[in-house]
Amino acid sequence: MTTNTLNESLDDAHNDDHHDHKMTGIKRWLYTTNHKDIGTLYLWFSFIMLLTGGALAMVIRAELFQPGLQIVEPDFFNQLTTVHGLIMVFGAIMPAFTGFANWMLPMMIGAPDMALPRMNNWSFWILPFAFAILLGSFFMESGAPNFGWTFYAPLSTTYSNGSTAFFVFAVHIMGVSSIMGAINIVVTIMNLRAPGMTYMKMPLFVWTFFITAYLLIAVMPVLAGVVTMLLTDTYFGTSFFDAAGGGDPVMFQHIFWFFGHPEVYIMILPAFGIVSTIIPAFARKKLFGYSSMVYATASIALLSFIVWAHHMFTTGMPLFGELFFMYCTMLIAVPTGVKVFNWVATMWRGSMTFEIPMLFSIAFVILFTIGGFSGLMLALTPVDFQYHDTYFVVAHFHYVLVTGSLFSIYAGAYYWLPKWTGHMYSDALSKWHFWCSLISVNLLFFPMHFLGLAGMPRRIPDYALQFADFNKWVSIGGFAFGLSQLIFLAVVIKCIRGGEKAPAKPWDGAEGLEWTVASPAPYHTFSTPPHIEDIKGQ
Amino acid sequence: MSEEAEQKTIKPNNSKVIKKLVLVVFAMFGFGFALVPLYDVFCDITGLNGKTNDVAVVYADDGIDTSRTVKVQFITRMAKGIPWQFEPVVNEISVHPGEMKFVDFYAKNLSQHDIVGQAVPSVSPGLAAGYFQKIECFCFTQQPLKSGEEVKMGLQFYVDLEIPKEINTLTLSYTLYDISGKENS
Repeated sequence: MTTNTLNESLDDAHNDDHHDHKMTGIKRWLYTTNHKDIGTLYLWFSFIMLLTGGALAMVIRAELFQPGLQIVEPDFFNQLTTVHGLIMVFGAIMPAFTGFANWMLPMMIGAPDMALPRMNNWSFWILPFAFAILLGSFFMESGAPNFGWTFYAPLSTTYSNGSTAFFVFAVHIMGVSSIMGAINIVVTIMNLRAPGMTYMKMPLFVWTFFITAYLLIAVMPVLAGVVTMLLTDTYFGTSFFDAAGGGDPVMFQHIFWFFGHPEVYIMILPAFGIVSTIIPAFARKKLFGYSSMVYATASIALLSFIVWAHHMFTTGMPLFGELFFMYCTMLIAVPTGVKVFNWVATMWRGSMTFEIPMLFSIAFVILFTIGGFSGLMLALTPVDFQYHDTYFVVAHFHYVLVTGSLFSIYAGAYYWLPKWTGHMYSDALSKWHFWCSLISVNLLFFPMHFLGLAGMPRRIPDYALQFADFNKWVSIGGFAFGLSQLIFLAVVIKCIRGGEKAPAKPWDGAEGLEWTVASPAPYHTFSTPPHIEDIKGQ
Repeated sequence: MSEEAEQKTIKPNNSKVIKKLVLVVFAMFGFGFALVPLYDVFCDITGLNGKTNDVAVVYADDGIDTSRTVKVQFITRMAKGIPWQFEPVVNEISVHPGEMKFVDFYAKNLSQHDIVGQAVPSVSPGLAAGYFQKIECFCFTQQPLKSGEEVKMGLQFYVDLEIPKEINTLTLSYTLYDISGKENS
C-alpha cells in the first residue's frame, strides 16, 4: 500500500515533466521537483554565495593590505567579517554539499529521485530569501550584523546595531532549509536504496552524508533556539543572557558552541566522503579500510557533541572542565588520523594518475592535515590562552574550511562535471585553476599562523607596524586566490556549452552506480532499481 | 509488471521515518531551551559561573576557624548607561572562616532623574562562590534612588568553614544595572 502511495506521489510530483517534457524558462526551475535540477540550483547558488562572500573578503584584505585605516570604517569592517563568515558557512559550503547530495545520492543508491521531492524544492527556494534578508541589511540605516559570525551576547543583544532581528530571521530560514534537506537525505538513504544495497555496501560518500544529515537534525534546532533567545532578549525583555535580569552571557557561548562544534563537522564530513570516492578512482585500488572509515566518521560525529567548550577555554572554566574538554578534543585526532592513514594507504602502490579531481584530493589530504595539526595545537588548553582570538585561529579554520571543504567541493565538481554536463572540461584551464589556487591559498593562509603566534588579533581593521610585511603578502595571496576562482567559473561555463563528448564513465578507475548511466545523466534515472550484484562485478 | 514488483521490495515507509525525525527536531529545539535551567542547576552545584546565593542564608554558628585568614576584596562596576556613583566603603577585609562580617557600599544617583538600580554579584574564583554566604545583601532587593539621592547599603556575610585550603583570596564584584521600567512590582 505505502509503496503505491509513494510511487503515485512521485509520479504526481513529476506529472508535468514525465518523459522529459520539461517546463521552460524560469518555471522549470521554480517548480522543479527533480533532484538533478535542485542539485544544480544548490550548486549554482553556493557558487554565487562563494563569490559574494569572497568579494567581502577582498575588501577585508584590501583594508589590511597596510596598517592604518584606508578604505573602511572599523564598524563596517566588523560587518564585513561577520557577513563574510555567515555567507561562507551557511551560503557557500553547506548548500554546495546539499547540492552534491541532491545530484549524487539518488544515483549512487539506485533511487529514482529524493524521497521527498516537493519538500526538496521548498528547502532550496527559501534559501535565496534568507540571504536576501542578510545581505539586504547592508543597505539599511543600521547596517549589517557587526557582532561576528558567532554573534556572542551581549554584542548581539545590548550592543547590537539594530540588525539582530534581520540576522535572526535569516538564520531561522537557513535552519529550516537545512533541516528539511537533512530529513530528505535520511529518508532517501533509509528507504530508497536499491535492493541488495545493505548499509555496509553503501558508497562512503553516502555514509558521510547520512551521518551529516543526522548531525544537522540534532543541532540546527539548537541554533534556532539560541537565536530565538537572542531575539527575545533584544526585543521582548527576556534575560537569557543578560546578567541584570539573572541571565548569564557565558551561557550563550555554551549553547552556541553546542551547535557550533558539530557544525564544523557538518562542513567537513561530506568532504571526507567526496575525497574517499575520488582517491580510489585515480589510485585504481579499492578504498583501504572501508568499514574503519564508516566507524571513524560515526565516532567523529559522536565526539563532536562533547567538545564544544574548547572554544571557550579563556572564559574562566575550572581546571577539570578545561582538562575534560582538552582530552576529548584530542581524542578526535584518533578517528581523523585513521581517515588520513586510509587515504594514504589507498594511494600506496596504486596506479596513480593525476587528473584534476585527484590533484584537488591530494591537496585536500595534505592541507587539511595541516589544518588538523593547528587544531591540535589549539586544543592544548595552556597554549590556547596565547592563540585565542589571534590570526592563528583564522589560519586554522581557513585551512580546514578552504583547503579542506572547498577543495573537496572542487574535487567533486571536477569529478562529476562530465556526468552533469555530458562534456569533458578544458584540461588546461582547470590545471590553471588548480595550480593558481594551490599557490595563492597557501600564500594567503600560511603566514597567518606566524601573525597569530606573534600576537596579531583577529577581527581588527588596523594592526601594529611589525605585522605589515606579512599582511601585505597575505593580501596579495588573497587577491590572487579570489581571481583564481573566476577561472573555475570559466571552466564550468565552457564545459556546459560544449567540449569533447564525455563517455558514461570518463575515469577508468571510477566505481559506483552513477557511472552506469549515460553522460549527461538522463533527466530520470533508475526508474527501475538496478541490481547491486550485477554492478559489483564490473 | 516487473517494475512494480521490484519497487515493492524497497518498502518505503516514509511517513514513519519523517515523524521520528520531526520529533527529534522539536526535541532538540526544546533541549536548547532546557539547557538554560540545566546550566543554572549545574552552576549552582559546581559554582562554575561565580554566582552566589540569591536568597539570604541563616548564619550557621559552627564556630570560627581562627587558624586561617581569607582576604575578601570588593570591586564595583557600572553597566553601560547608569549614571551612579557606586563603590565599596572598604576595599578589602580579612576574615576568619565562620566569622560574620558587615560591610557598607555607597551609592549615589548622579543623574537628573529617578533610577532603579540592581546590583548583580559575582565571586572570583568561581569555585569559591559556593563558600561565600550572604546573610543580608542589598543585591537581594532593587535600589530605587531619586535624583541626587545617596545611600549606604549593607552586606552581611561569612565565609564557609569548608572553604578549600588553596583559596586565600576571593573577590566579590558587583555590577550595577539600570532596570528602571523593568523592575518587578
